[in-house]
Amino acid sequence: MAKQYVNTTINGDTHELLCDPTQTLLDVLRDQLDMTGTKEGCGTGDCGACSVTMDGVLVCSCLVMGVEANGKSIETIEGMADGDELHPLQRKFIDHVALQCGICTPGLLVASKALLEENPDPTEEEIRYWLAGNLCRCTGYHKVIEAVQDAAREMRGA
Amino acid sequence: MLPGVIYKGRQQSEHVNGEATVTDMRYEAPETLDAAVGLLSSESGVAKVFAGGTDVMVQIHLDMIEPDLIVDVKNIAEMREVVEEDGAWRFGAAVTGKELMDHAGFNAAWPGVMDGVRLIGSVQVRGRATVGGNLCNASPAADSVPPMIAADAVASVIGPDGRREIPMADIVTGPGQTSLKDGEIVVSFQLPKRPPHSGDAYLRFTPRTEMDIAVVGCGVNLTVDPDGTCTAARVALGAVAARPLLVEDAARALIGTKLDDDAMAALAAAASAACSPIDDKRGTIEYRTEVAGVLAQRAASIALERAKS
Repeated sequence: MAKQYVNTTINGDTHELLCDPTQTLLDVLRDQLDMTGTKEGCGTGDCGACSVTMDGVLVCSCLVMGVEANGKSIETIEGMADGDELHPLQRKFIDHVALQCGICTPGLLVASKALLEENPDPTEEEIRYWLAGNLCRCTGYHKVIEAVQDAAREMRGA
Repeated sequence: MLPGVIYKGRQQSEHVNGEATVTDMRYEAPETLDAAVGLLSSESGVAKVFAGGTDVMVQIHLDMIEPDLIVDVKNIAEMREVVEEDGAWRFGAAVTGKELMDHAGFNAAWPGVMDGVRLIGSVQVRGRATVGGNLCNASPAADSVPPMIAADAVASVIGPDGRREIPMADIVTGPGQTSLKDGEIVVSFQLPKRPPHSGDAYLRFTPRTEMDIAVVGCGVNLTVDPDGTCTAARVALGAVAARPLLVEDAARALIGTKLDDDAMAALAAAASAACSPIDDKRGTIEYRTEVAGVLAQRAASIALERAKS
C-alpha cells in the first residue's frame, strides 16, 4: 500500500509525514524525524523506554502505529525542557544521580511527568506502581523514586 | 520469511517511495461497523481487528503474524462508549483500560471487573489496551476475562451474517482460540443490572505485583439478602485451564449460605476440582490447583464485603 498522509503535532510543532503502516510511532520519531531521545528497548511494550504521551495519555510508542498519530498531539522527551531550562524532573534526576547508562531515562522522565500531572503529591508506593512499566537495570529504582519525590515537592512549591 | 523481515521492511519503507514494501500491510480506520465488517469480509489475506494494539503490535514485531490488513476500530463511536441504561452497563470493546479506570460510575458499579482491568500491563499498556482485545487475544490468563464472566457479561458481536450476542464464558475456546467466526468483531459488552447487596471481586496471584501474568486468577460476583444469606453467585477462574472457566459447582457452594467456614471450604474444594492447569515456570499443577481454592475464598470474602457495604 502506498504510504499514508499523517498530520500530527509533536511537542507543539505540526509535522506532515508520509508513513508506511508497518512503521511504529517509535520508528517515525527516531528514523524519520531524527528525534532519537525516545529509545527502543524491548519493542514489545514491556520496558517503557519508548514512553511518550499521545493526546495526554502515556503510551509505549513501539505499540503505536505511525499512521495512528494522524490528528493526534504527541509529547516526547525532546519537548520536556524549555529551551536551555531543564524540567524540574530532569534537574532532580541529575541531582539524585537517578541514572547510569541512561537508556531508560527518557522513558522514566516522560512517565514521571505524566504521573505528576495526574497526581502532584504521589506516595512512594504510588510512584513505584506508576513506574512499574519502566524498567531500569542500573539504578535499582531507589534514586529514581527520590528524584521524582523531590521534583514533586519543588513543583508543588512545598 | 526470515525472522525480522517485517522490522527490516519498516526501515526499508523509507526509501522505496511508495512502492510495495516487503510486507505490504494496509491500514484502515473505518468510522462505522458496516464499513469495518465489509473490509474484514472482503479481505482475502490475513486481516486483524486492531484496537489498543498491545497484543497485535507485539505479534507483528515478533513475526508471529503477518497481517495483510489492519482494521483499526477506534474511530467507531459505538465501540468507544461507556453507557448506563437503567442500572445495566454497556461499554465498547475498544474502550481503553485507562478510560474505564477514569469512569467513576462504572468503577462504583463493577469494582471486581475493575480489579481485573487495573491489573492489565503497565500504565502505558492500560492507556491503550482494551477489554475487547484482552478477550479476543484469548489468553487463558487474561485478567479482565474471569471477572467479566463472573459478572455475567454478554458480548455483542457483529459480522457478515449480522449481529449476535455471546455470553462472555463462551468466547475463548483455548489459548489464542475463540468461537468468533471469520470477519466477526466484538463490538461491546453488556453487564446486567444487579439487585441491591451485590458485590464482585477479582484476585490474581503473581510473583510480582505489577507487569506479570496470572498464575491463577479468580473472579467472584454474588448477591446476598438482608440477612446476609447468599442468593446468587458466579465464580470464574483464569490461568488454570486452556480457557477461563465458569465454575458452577463453586457458585453452588456459596448459594444459600452466609459464607461460613463450611461454605468457604466447599467453595475452595469446588474451585480446585475445576482446575486442569499446565506445569510451567510460574507454577506447578499442584500449586495452581491449591492456589485456585485459596484465591476463590479471598475473592468471595471481598465480594461479600462489597455486597454488604
